[in-house]
Amino acid sequence: MGNQGLLQHLANGISLGSLYALIAIGYTMVYGILRLINFAHGDIFMLGIYITYYGILFTSIPWWIVFILASVLTGLIGLLLEKVAYRPLRESPRITILISAIGASFFLQNFGIVVFGGRPKAFPIPNVFNKVIKLGGVSISLITFIIPLVTLLLLLGLTYFITKTKTGMAMRALSKDYETASLMGIDINRIISITFFIGSFLAAVGGIMWGIRYPQLMPLMGVMPGLKCFIAAVIGGIGNITGAVLGGFILGLGEIMLIALLPKLTGYRDAFAFILLIVILLIKPTGLMGEKITEKV
Amino acid sequence: MKINNRFKKSLSMLIITIVVLFILNKVLDDYKLRVLNLCGIYIILGLSMNLINGFTGLFSLGHAGFMAIGAYTVAILTMPAPMKEMNFFMKPIVPFLANIEWSFFPALMMGGVMAGLFGFLIGAPVLRLTDDYLAIATLGFAEIIRVVFTNTQSITNGALGLKGIPASTNVWWSWGLALVTILFMTFLMEGSYGKAFNAIREDEIAARSMGINLFTHKVMSFTFGSFLAGVGGGLLAALLGTIDPNMFRIVLTFNILLIVVLGGLGSIKGSVVSAIIVTIAMEALRFLDESINLGFVKLEGVAGMRMVIFSIILMAVVIFRKEGLLKEN
Repeated sequence: MGNQGLLQHLANGISLGSLYALIAIGYTMVYGILRLINFAHGDIFMLGIYITYYGILFTSIPWWIVFILASVLTGLIGLLLEKVAYRPLRESPRITILISAIGASFFLQNFGIVVFGGRPKAFPIPNVFNKVIKLGGVSISLITFIIPLVTLLLLLGLTYFITKTKTGMAMRALSKDYETASLMGIDINRIISITFFIGSFLAAVGGIMWGIRYPQLMPLMGVMPGLKCFIAAVIGGIGNITGAVLGGFILGLGEIMLIALLPKLTGYRDAFAFILLIVILLIKPTGLMGEKITEKV
Repeated sequence: MKINNRFKKSLSMLIITIVVLFILNKVLDDYKLRVLNLCGIYIILGLSMNLINGFTGLFSLGHAGFMAIGAYTVAILTMPAPMKEMNFFMKPIVPFLANIEWSFFPALMMGGVMAGLFGFLIGAPVLRLTDDYLAIATLGFAEIIRVVFTNTQSITNGALGLKGIPASTNVWWSWGLALVTILFMTFLMEGSYGKAFNAIREDEIAARSMGINLFTHKVMSFTFGSFLAGVGGGLLAALLGTIDPNMFRIVLTFNILLIVVLGGLGSIKGSVVSAIIVTIAMEALRFLDESINLGFVKLEGVAGMRMVIFSIILMAVVIFRKEGLLKEN
């Protein structure tokens, strides 16, 4: 493999890593506040892609407006999911709410099979994205560049929101100390709703770009990316947004490089993330950037 | 006096069950017998998951992986050599497995032992993690098993799966082992180990300060649970006759979780009853996936509807009746 090949793989790795990072943020934000693995997050991502699919095929709205509307709509679905499946259980043991999350995930998958059909569909890619750019003898599709760029912009926006606005401050307070923050007059329900909205919105944006990059749609397509992005969040240190981004990039780059450098192991691609997860958890149980939790009696 | 009464009650229950099974075995057609067998197998699987998740409070989602290990062990050990040759047409099976042909029971036990061994090997490092991390690590383990089985073509025949596994599972095997499992679980939970498991579930720190070795007990419960899952997987393989790696997806773990949650976490009776109900309901609700003819109007069946209904039931139970449908207060 020459330099050009390496460049190609690097570009692919970065764009996959960006997608993982976008989805991982949703996991990490929810976990930071509620201490809940939102198993349905991957399926929200799937819904986002399908909504865009139907929006483009069955309405005459320009594609970029469809992209925005679909992301917002997916955000609202995420918010609704929290209201229905998680809010009633907020005071219950964690195992109960986890089971509810798995139930929600399973429901969305099967809902997808019933409503969208089990057969794979092809994502309608707007023509703009079909361009191929030649860079130093390597041809790379335009979307490979757009993905990291969009991710970067969204990350900057999110960082501003979390560090500079009042709502963002409330979010940080809640993830630091749930009980105390709620005593300080923070409207918990509102903040949690916003968290779910942002997470699902980002998942939908990631989903749309995923659809352009890998244009095969299936109701179960969210399962694997969902699990991997959760792993990315755990690797980076769950609850930590920078960690989630870092984890996403490690996973995306690692996966692509594994295939590039050791093509014999291609079949084990999906196992790579899990092996990495188990190794990281054993070495540093709180993830690369996670805070140490001390057990109190 | 009390113990004596209970013993009599259990014995009469046992005899009634055997008589009922004997009659059902004679009357039912093949399809219904298969469902009856599935009930027995799911009792074993439900109880094994309940041991880990319900009694010990370890949130493990690795069941499908252990079942896969059990199922493949039984399949490879019991299949006659010519059958193996037919299956492995893409890539021949590794020589030391090619001519092995065990009888069913040792193979089944071997399946359980293999699953238990993996449970032990995985559990020893992973059980140091707490609930969410444990869930995701065990889930990851099950996925790794599936990916590995898809790729090790000379041992598992890869994605093609194995066909023509001797159909050794009958009502006596599945229900016999289910009854043994129920008895084993009852004795286990009433003994000191069971008390320790429960203590760990209720409060780890308190349990530790009472002198319970958390790690040993967790690994023990996990290994027992995986052993039973392996046995269940083996029975399933010998019932269905064909297996492939995609059978052992997360969905399978989810089905068993459904049984455990509906029956109530930490309830033996609940798991048994809900295993039977869920298995029969899963079959009975198949009509939802097919078209329904109401005489005047024909409703088109939608594939997947059955699972939508099931996931709604699971969520409704979790949200509205947290202690499970069948658990008495």
